[in-house]
Amino acid sequence: MAVTVLLPTLLRAHADGASSVEAEGATVGEVFQGLIARYPGMAANLIGEDGELHRFVNVYRNDDDIRYLERLGTPVSDGDEIAILPAVAGGAG
Amino acid sequence: MATFREFLAATKARITEIDPAEAETRLGTATFLDVRELDEYEQGMIPGAVFVPRGHLEGQIENKIPDRAAPVVVYCAGGTRSAFAADTLTQLGYTDVVSMAGGFGRWKNEGRDWITPVVLNPEQRTRYHRHVLLPEVGEAGQQRLLESKVLLLGAGGLGSPAALYLAAAGVGTLGIVDMDVVDASNLQRQVLHNVDRVGDRKVDSAKKTLTLLNPDVNVVTYDVRFGADNVLDIISGYDVVVDGTDNFPTRYLLNDASVLTRVPVVHGSIFRFEGQVTVFDPFRGPCYRCMLPEPPPPELAPSCAEAGVLGVLPGIVGSIQALETIKLLLDLGDPLRGRLLAYDALEQSFRTFKVRRDPACPTCSDDAAPIVIAEYDEHCLPHAVLADGTTTGH
Repeated sequence: MAVTVLLPTLLRAHADGASSVEAEGATVGEVFQGLIARYPGMAANLIGEDGELHRFVNVYRNDDDIRYLERLGTPVSDGDEIAILPAVAGGAG
Repeated sequence: MATFREFLAATKARITEIDPAEAETRLGTATFLDVRELDEYEQGMIPGAVFVPRGHLEGQIENKIPDRAAPVVVYCAGGTRSAFAADTLTQLGYTDVVSMAGGFGRWKNEGRDWITPVVLNPEQRTRYHRHVLLPEVGEAGQQRLLESKVLLLGAGGLGSPAALYLAAAGVGTLGIVDMDVVDASNLQRQVLHNVDRVGDRKVDSAKKTLTLLNPDVNVVTYDVRFGADNVLDIISGYDVVVDGTDNFPTRYLLNDASVLTRVPVVHGSIFRFEGQVTVFDPFRGPCYRCMLPEPPPPELAPSCAEAGVLGVLPGIVGSIQALETIKLLLDLGDPLRGRLLAYDALEQSFRTFKVRRDPACPTCSDDAAPIVIAEYDEHCLPHAVLADGTTTGH
């Protein structure tokens, strides 16, 4: 399955500045494995030592939070958008 | 040619009149329509009545009472103008209209309930005219804004535009919490402040700016660090909190206090070229911990002070926060409750994502332990009550 992964600013540095990248996989987890193989710097921002998605990163298949689908096992279809939204706290400064 | 008496008699023959005693039984089920002039209305009205002077009746009634089948009780001062108005409404297709005989005068003399409406003064009517024109806001909505209390956490990047627009809109009480002083490096984005205020307390600078913009607004300042010792005292009594803080521990602390006091939070956060806005409305939608169970470790979450932020970005995000705040206050449209709006300034795109209530949320789920208000460290883990009655956290 070919999907588009939308990258937040925080991860763009690891992907040569791209705001989105095309990736392949049958599940969100597979898509991320492919992404990390291409851009190893992203690993720490996405997946913890337990192999699960970090609890401080929200990932959406289209507009649904994959935590309420099948987490990294969430299947993807051609043309899906996978959005990665890291927590940001900035505001006052 | 008919005389006035003949004309009135003919009109009354076409409509239905009820006396105030019967009208009183319809309070709560029928819409009461006051067709007197403003100066009469200001002296006293039947609680809950809709006010449309008879001269504006045909033009405004569809906005005020869209349902032509709705039961309507029309009144004026003595029962004459209301008879003509009831006749007009019938001609316009309203099917369940009665006129109250004897009008407001008899209603009042018979000792029935009436109130003095809080109305906009002439200056306010001019200032808020563009709001009053909107049927969804109107004079009643503007009055509601004037009676509303909004707390801004932070008078910085997000708090500046939010406070300016809320003050301009006539939100009657704006509380501002900030313990910083204005620094020259703030002025790239914190539009509440200016060069003359460098070195002043931010809350004082904010109050000066907002009071000059709109003297109707009572600005309450809190030159304190927002912490576990004061969070409940500060947010209690406010209708909405606008969160423009800059760190995770404060955001989790605010979330606990919000869930405990049931005061909704309009959340905004920014990073470089991106912003996020959502509404945390306790028990009516997800809370902050539903959306973000744990914060990132500091090395993965650089602050704006370290990573930079485009100056206009907080202007956009803070303005959206102000808009969502007004929607909550006036119960307008669909607030971002359960939805996260993500803005990307470089791509110039807005996307929304669903945010769900976490059935296992340690803060707002049905099974959650009682909320403990205590400071968070950088890990922001939920507080737990220990066996000896003390709590984790410090």
